[in-house]
Amino acid sequence: MGLARFLVRRILTGIVVLWIVATGTFLLFFTRPVAVVARELAGRSATPQVISEVIRNLGLNLPLRVQYWHFIDATAHGNLGFSYYSQVPVKTILAEDLPITASVVVGGVVLWLIVGLTVGVISATRARSLFDRVATVGVLAGLSMPIFVLGELLIIGVFLPLNEHGITWIQTGYAGLSTGVIPWMGHMILPWITLATVQAAVYTRLSRGSLLDTMGEDYIRTARAKGLSERRVILRHGLRAALTPVVSQLGIDIGALLGGVIVVEQVFSLPGLGFDSVQAIDTGNLPVIIGFVLLASAFVVVANIIVDMAYALLDPRVRIA
Amino acid sequence: MSDTLPRDAARPVPPEAAEDDVLVRVDKLVKHFPVRGGGLIRRTVGQVQAVDGVSLVVRRGQTLGLVGETGCGKSTLARCIAGLIPVTSGTVTFEGRNITNLSRRAMQPFRREIQMIFQDPYGSLNPRRRVGAIIGDPFAVHKTAKGAARKKAVQELMERVGLNPEHFNRFPAEFSGGQRQRIGVARALALRPKLIICDEPVSALDVSIQAQVLNLLADLQSDFGLSYLFIAHDLEVVRHVSNDVTVMYLGRVAESGPKDQVYETSRHPYTAALLSAAPAADPDAAAERRRIILTGDVPSPINPPDGCRFHPRCPKAQELCGQQEPVLEVKPGDPATHLTACHFPVQAGESLARVAGRDRR
Amino acid sequence: MSLSSLEFQAASAESAPEQAIEGRSQWQLTWRRLLHDKVAIASIVVILVMVILAITAPLFASLTGHAPDQAFTNTGTTSTGAPVGPGTHGFLLGTDYIGRDLFIRILYGARISLFVGIVTTAIATLAGVSIGLIAGYFGGWVDTVLARFIDTVLAFPYIVLALALAAIFSPSLTIVIGVISFFSWAGISRIVRGQTLSLKEKEYIEAARSLGAGPWRIMFIDILPNLLGPVLVLATLYIPIAVIFEATLSFLGIGIPEPTPSWGSILAEAQNYYTVAWWYVVFPSVALLVTTLAFNLLGDGIRDAMDPRTERIFAAGSQRRRSRRRPSVVSAFSAAGPSAEFPDPPRQPMPPTP
Repeated sequence: MGLARFLVRRILTGIVVLWIVATGTFLLFFTRPVAVVARELAGRSATPQVISEVIRNLGLNLPLRVQYWHFIDATAHGNLGFSYYSQVPVKTILAEDLPITASVVVGGVVLWLIVGLTVGVISATRARSLFDRVATVGVLAGLSMPIFVLGELLIIGVFLPLNEHGITWIQTGYAGLSTGVIPWMGHMILPWITLATVQAAVYTRLSRGSLLDTMGEDYIRTARAKGLSERRVILRHGLRAALTPVVSQLGIDIGALLGGVIVVEQVFSLPGLGFDSVQAIDTGNLPVIIGFVLLASAFVVVANIIVDMAYALLDPRVRIA
Repeated sequence: MSDTLPRDAARPVPPEAAEDDVLVRVDKLVKHFPVRGGGLIRRTVGQVQAVDGVSLVVRRGQTLGLVGETGCGKSTLARCIAGLIPVTSGTVTFEGRNITNLSRRAMQPFRREIQMIFQDPYGSLNPRRRVGAIIGDPFAVHKTAKGAARKKAVQELMERVGLNPEHFNRFPAEFSGGQRQRIGVARALALRPKLIICDEPVSALDVSIQAQVLNLLADLQSDFGLSYLFIAHDLEVVRHVSNDVTVMYLGRVAESGPKDQVYETSRHPYTAALLSAAPAADPDAAAERRRIILTGDVPSPINPPDGCRFHPRCPKAQELCGQQEPVLEVKPGDPATHLTACHFPVQAGESLARVAGRDRR
Repeated sequence: MSLSSLEFQAASAESAPEQAIEGRSQWQLTWRRLLHDKVAIASIVVILVMVILAITAPLFASLTGHAPDQAFTNTGTTSTGAPVGPGTHGFLLGTDYIGRDLFIRILYGARISLFVGIVTTAIATLAGVSIGLIAGYFGGWVDTVLARFIDTVLAFPYIVLALALAAIFSPSLTIVIGVISFFSWAGISRIVRGQTLSLKEKEYIEAARSLGAGPWRIMFIDILPNLLGPVLVLATLYIPIAVIFEATLSFLGIGIPEPTPSWGSILAEAQNYYTVAWWYVVFPSVALLVTTLAFNLLGDGIRDAMDPRTERIFAAGSQRRRSRRRPSVVSAFSAAGPSAEFPDPPRQPMPPTP
């Protein structure tokens, strides 16, 4: 079918999914008694005046069909309403939070992929060695660890002692890139480790198992018989096939990623999307919540498309399906 | 009394077969499997012509042997008759009633009359169920016996097929291959069917065990008046158990008739080649025999040759063979029961070994 | 061996008294192998201890005189209002930020965690197996629809759903159980469907059809027994996933509401006090870790016990990667990981967990 056609098809599917999600969100939030919806949108401390203003402004008294159309229309144009607490447009809030969350996500993903794949590949090539056994113990421990527990333990075990001894590079909270790469990393390093550890454990096990299975295949034996060096055999022949389950797992893990980010931001007091969304729940700030839901879904869809493309690059059979 | 030699199980066939003698009649059965190609939407790009116009008859109390190489469609045919896969065209009638492509509910009463024994003694029994439960399945499905009555019936069956009824609660893994086939036979026998389709029942067994199982089948046939459709690729086995024989090649019937006629006076070159390739027990006779060597590979059923499907490999093939499909009919000089599908059938005294041009010792 | 002794053996075998000998089922064999696995035994013991502690939590509460939500501001907090450490004033593991007995709260938290873990897994297993069986066996459009549905549910970012639900309805035990069950069933279903798809091609299934057995009978009497092994492993591995999921939801404030203690909510509180009360963080964390680790190890142990490849310890060393040593502490940690027959459960929307 060709890569381009595959991509187009995935994008079209993605748009459909996004539309379904938006519709679902609308149904979930807006198909309730007007008063309830209005109060939630206006915030807990809203006076009756504010509430009726909200009803008027957002047209909550209009028939559902009309509301739905407005909702879809506004969303498509990026207009997600206002947070009635702060009177700041939701879009702005999201935009401010994005770099912080992006720092956490990108760093975490990179770290977990590098560590996971490296340890997994080395474990597979040195199966049953000391390295492998130690790694497996680590994997099992990592798999059993809730993220927030790890985060808090790291804070107690790393951040506090270091600070007490005067080393202040590692900090909680956020420092943007504008303050310099070193400070930025100092604030990010513990969140990255926290986010990455569990996933690294999963991917270590996955890539180890997958590579072991691949290395047992006949065509690898042929490559060895041809006289290729072991490294060449692994890197050029083995990895490509071994990576496909890893990539497909990545697709599923995008969803997991969101959960992890939210928790990490909570633990390390990083004012990103996750942190704010939890706060929005606490304060009952509905417009912000809706904004997050939509953004998160969009992220999942886009990420899945990217993962699918990567998978199709690795495994040409997929494009035919 | 040694049980290691197969006894000749066939009974003589009356020359004219009356119509109510016919248990199963298959008429011009066709089964094609679609081949789905790639592309945006999965289209059907071809058909595997597994069975392409087969007609045969199984008579009451008799055994019809169905012979052919792997891929000739005999297993597919068996499953069509048993109603396990839908038929593309043609009919299957049982005791005069049409059972082609019936719904599961409509087919249910016929399931009591038509049973199957499978080839793989290891795959045909559920490893997680006890043998008593497996044999008791037919009673459970058709609700004919429950509880103690069922257990008794199962144990009687076990005894009848030569298994120890005390092993009722064992798992299939605890039995040998031959014993597992006996379990399969017991299961098939449970509801006293009229027809048992045996899909290569002894192919996976050791030779000495084969004889035991074949003898068992023969005994059961005479005790219960069973009819068998016996599918195999081993000609000697088929010869011992069958009354009539049908030879299949690539989805079509090459030759059919009473076994003596087909074996002694084969008309179809394919049959002749098969017989010449069968190993002979006597080493001297084997040394003397001349094999007919067929050239070429068995073609694919997706793209079968035009005309007679055997013509690319046939030592007697001529131009007509590639153009016109031969009709299954009685050749001059043959009795009315012996049918052959060939334009240039093997004549009496003709040896194809010479025609093929290569002798082999 | 001499001929006569062979004959003797043959004769005595034939004349041995005939009993209705029961074959050893897969379960009995698995159980025996499991009993030899020290790590698995240890895990079972730990889990049992946990369960007993959870059940007897009220007993401990009355013994110490501390109720789980009773705030001892005098004895339980320092003069500056901080929690007191383990061992002070009869608080075995210290107190929390308003002077409640941490030990008792952790015990009560165990009740929540184990209850949620087991109940949600039970629901998810029932639903997942049924749907997976139906999708796998019937195939056709039924399968297409169900498989799509399963994939969608699996890829869904659960945290988003949980957030949304918490926004609309106030958090409660019911919502927590609902959300976790709704996620878990899909993972189980996918694996069951895969197994069913391959099992239905087996010859004994064809044999059952040739007998006239209907689809429901085949699914539950022929296919299901072959699934129970992997399903048991899966369920055991899903319990810790559910436990962590609940803890995370509570940590974020959208799980079990106050004042019911949950390990997650305790740890959320502990966030603000870690500089002055390390026990506040460490003890609930240990409880969580021990519980999840125990279930994970048990699940791996069951998987190993079911997999007869473990028996190949004496096989000639050709297949290095598949042969194993006798189960021991070290080898328990060198599990080969997921195999085609016993795949790992899919990842969870809240991280950790296999």
